[in-house]
Amino acid sequence: MLHSILAQIPWKSPSVDYHAIAPEIILAGGICLIILVDLFTSETKKWITASLTGFVMLGALVPVLTLAVSDINVRSLFDGRYVVDEFALTLKALFLIAGYVVVLLSQNHVEEGDYYQGEYYTLLLASVAGMVMMASSRDLVSIFVSLEMLSIPGYMLAAWRKRDRKSNEAGIKYYLLGVFASAIMLYGMSLLYGVTNSTLLSDIGRELTVKGQFGGVQALAITFTLVGFAFKVSAVPFHSWAPDTYEGAPLPVTAFLSVASKAAGFVALVTLIYVGFPQAQDVWQPFLWVLAAITMTVGNLLALRQTNIVRMLAYSSISQGGFILMPLAVAGTGDAAGPALQSVVVYLIVYAAMNLGMFAVVIAASRTTRSGEISSFGGLFSYAPGLGVLMTIFLASLAGIPPLGGWIAKFTAFRAVLEAGGNWGYALAIIGAVNSVIAFGYYGSIMREIWMRPAPNGETSAVKTPSSLIAAMVITTTATIVFGVLPGAVLRFGDLADLTGAFGR
Amino acid sequence: MDVLRESNWVLSVGTFLPLVGVIVMLFIPKADEQLHKLVALVTALATLGVGFFTLTQFDFDQAGKLQFFAETEWIKVISSNYTIGLDGMSLPLYFLSMVVTVLVMVYSWNHIPSPGNAKAFLILMLILQTGMAGTFVAQDLILFFVFFELVLLPMYFMIGVWGGEDRQYASLKFFLYTMFGSALMLVGFIALFYQARGVLPEGVEPSFSIPQLAEYGGLIGRSAQIWIFGGMFIGFAVKVPMFPFHTWLPDAHTQAPTQGSVILAAILLKLGTYGFVRIAIPILPEAAKEWAPWIGLLAVIGIIYGALGCLAQTDMKRLIAFSSVAHMGFVMLGISTLTPMGFNAAIFGMVAHGLITGMLFFVAGSVKDRYHTLEIARLGGMLKQMPRLGWILGFCAMASLGLPGLAGFWGEFPAILSAYSPAAGLSEVTFRVYMVIAALGTVLAAAYLLWLFQRIAFGEPKPEFAGESHDDHGHGEHSHDDHGSDIHDVNIFEWIAWTPFLLAIVVFGVYPQLMFKIIDPAVQVALKAFGG
Repeated sequence: MLHSILAQIPWKSPSVDYHAIAPEIILAGGICLIILVDLFTSETKKWITASLTGFVMLGALVPVLTLAVSDINVRSLFDGRYVVDEFALTLKALFLIAGYVVVLLSQNHVEEGDYYQGEYYTLLLASVAGMVMMASSRDLVSIFVSLEMLSIPGYMLAAWRKRDRKSNEAGIKYYLLGVFASAIMLYGMSLLYGVTNSTLLSDIGRELTVKGQFGGVQALAITFTLVGFAFKVSAVPFHSWAPDTYEGAPLPVTAFLSVASKAAGFVALVTLIYVGFPQAQDVWQPFLWVLAAITMTVGNLLALRQTNIVRMLAYSSISQGGFILMPLAVAGTGDAAGPALQSVVVYLIVYAAMNLGMFAVVIAASRTTRSGEISSFGGLFSYAPGLGVLMTIFLASLAGIPPLGGWIAKFTAFRAVLEAGGNWGYALAIIGAVNSVIAFGYYGSIMREIWMRPAPNGETSAVKTPSSLIAAMVITTTATIVFGVLPGAVLRFGDLADLTGAFGR
Repeated sequence: MDVLRESNWVLSVGTFLPLVGVIVMLFIPKADEQLHKLVALVTALATLGVGFFTLTQFDFDQAGKLQFFAETEWIKVISSNYTIGLDGMSLPLYFLSMVVTVLVMVYSWNHIPSPGNAKAFLILMLILQTGMAGTFVAQDLILFFVFFELVLLPMYFMIGVWGGEDRQYASLKFFLYTMFGSALMLVGFIALFYQARGVLPEGVEPSFSIPQLAEYGGLIGRSAQIWIFGGMFIGFAVKVPMFPFHTWLPDAHTQAPTQGSVILAAILLKLGTYGFVRIAIPILPEAAKEWAPWIGLLAVIGIIYGALGCLAQTDMKRLIAFSSVAHMGFVMLGISTLTPMGFNAAIFGMVAHGLITGMLFFVAGSVKDRYHTLEIARLGGMLKQMPRLGWILGFCAMASLGLPGLAGFWGEFPAILSAYSPAAGLSEVTFRVYMVIAALGTVLAAAYLLWLFQRIAFGEPKPEFAGESHDDHGHGEHSHDDHGSDIHDVNIFEWIAWTPFLLAIVVFGVYPQLMFKIIDPAVQVALKAFGG
């Protein structure tokens, strides 16, 4: 009977390029594998799941590399709803490497905290799989599915410390606001579909406006869709969940949320703007301009007042998000589309390296300090000079001081807005410049603790850092320094040509 | 740009050699302080050796051209190259930075400030050296920016960790001020790049190269020039520091350890003035003409304000710091005239101020070592207790107030003179008024420096420090025996560190042509846009 029904529908199975979706397949296989392994290992051997997860992440990186060197530059699946191009591959690699570093960060933390290891790594993998899919999604439906796929494990991971009230608060807040944002976004998407009769982004890009003319419905649809992602990237005024969630969640999860999850939000924003709404810059440019300006300013000003290092990093990550938004706010002006895309990609890569590194050091140091208060890091340099210097490197990079990675990220952002020029471009550049100075106020205050203050309660025993954390630090430090000294290494990514269909190309 | 010589590796080696020392030191355990000092000193000496080699290879007949010019691809995507070169304007400062680092290393041999940790201190100093030398050889705006910023963090830690009581406040203030300036400067640089791209003739690749921008920058529209100059002005003026942006300087100088103060005074302040003569003015001539009267105004305000500030100080180091504001005012006045004479005077003044004020900070550091205070009211009779240190202070004070025959004179006098006839297009009346005010400033300089010398060196030592050398005064109520044993005259490390400074002050004072003939050709090139 089923056959007879199917026969009536003129449907034939699409040809699938399995090479193109090999990373996703490996991740999906890995998820199943971890669940099974978890079932059949004893409590004392649960660490196997962590190592396996790491291998799965690296294993998924292999097809990403083979795809990158293969002759076919663009592999378009399912009528262009799922596209594997250079842009997608760059970000897939970023997500997988960031995921791998997060596994390294988690290993000891999860093991010593006696959390549910198997489940933890399953969810982590699921979330990374969602991000990897997000990089290729070029359709409202696949974007939404990817978004939920990466978010829902995140909600659970945030509440992982089950007996800790703050962690529960973190999970609930993140969940409620995340779902709320999804709802708004879905409403926007349904309007988009209603107006254009398609869920395919490139169709929407063609149909949404003709010669830049559009009515209220279109404007509302665009704004609502963007608002959903503004939540995801914790742009002010949609940021209120971030500090509480970051503070309550386990530190490796915080690192994951503030880097990978945020990056996924930006990837979606970029594809929406570049492929979906290229003609509608009159709507999203002013919207993103305001968002960028207040995000970096408010994030910075609030960060100045924090005494807890994780909350401070949360606000710092909000403010860094403002800098990533900055070039997008002018992406539709003149020739700025190229530099803006490059700036976003470069910023995401550099930011991932330095922020993950920062969290690695905080996790390592807080094994001794047992506290998140900034003052508890006093005198770190005197009893753990290695950690002190590394933390200084990451802080300086976050502050954008050459010759560390952060400066090239900020530089590309400034370059994009100045390429666009005009009063709006220059104004945003100056706001950004002033903000990068304010930012040093709080980054510098941590440096001051590390270098210039005595250790609280005289704790000066050397810090023992587990090897997985050392590995994470080596990866992130190398990246941070290399990107800063030889920016060519990172500036090759994010060409406008890499993103298929950007601005109607 | 023609490559004059094959030996264009010397600049890269001279700039990055200190980092080799840093890497070596990273692998030496912290406890082995003597070895750290040795490695750091050897590295600095080797760097200075490269510096001497550079001097011998420099073609002094073509000092106006960029020599040892090297250009390698660096960040292709943003059209920024690793472009370095040296001409007569940068050579004195480049070399000075190397000399100062060596001498500061020598001084550090037995003067590592508390809380110790020679390893970190010396590593920071070597990184600082790379940043300073790099800034003077960079011929690409982005490269310049990177080096310009590279000096920030080491200095921040030097003040913040090894400084005086208010060190944390002072270091943060120093950092935030400078960073504010350089952030706007960077925006200015990028805007300049895009504006210049619009005016380049066919076939010329847009780039951040300073020689290229100096050639075509004048074609940029007038109002755009004025705005871009504004961004750069804030960046450089904070660093100089000019009058309304100067407030970080007294704090930073007062709190910094002696070595930090010396480097700050001798080299770091010059990064700002150097930026004006190398980048802002040659590239944006129209804007420079527009801004010049205002720069001149701020410069003379700085001269008078700095001098009055000096008269009000009770702390010797703070007084010297304020005198820097005044001296840099003379330098900026020379620059603001946009004349070859003014520029020559300014660059000479930079070097002279580096030597003299650096030396004064050394003396202040030694006074602090001996008396554990720099409060002028508590000091006195130095000539009786430590005649050699006292006379060195006297000598530096004379040099600083611009006594003819010593180096300070050739920075100040021509700067004042150049204001008599500023470049074409600038108001003569305005600049002549500035000239008169600046001349009055020299009188004030004499007043505060001689008064300082008088209070510290003349008379009898104060009872609390009279110590064992003057038993007839007896031990006062505040007398501490440990003071007496600290008070000794100039020691061998100080002699080694100071003699080159003192000699240079005399040599350049007696024969200023030695430096002017190197500077002048480069200045003529820089001021091409103003009709020479």
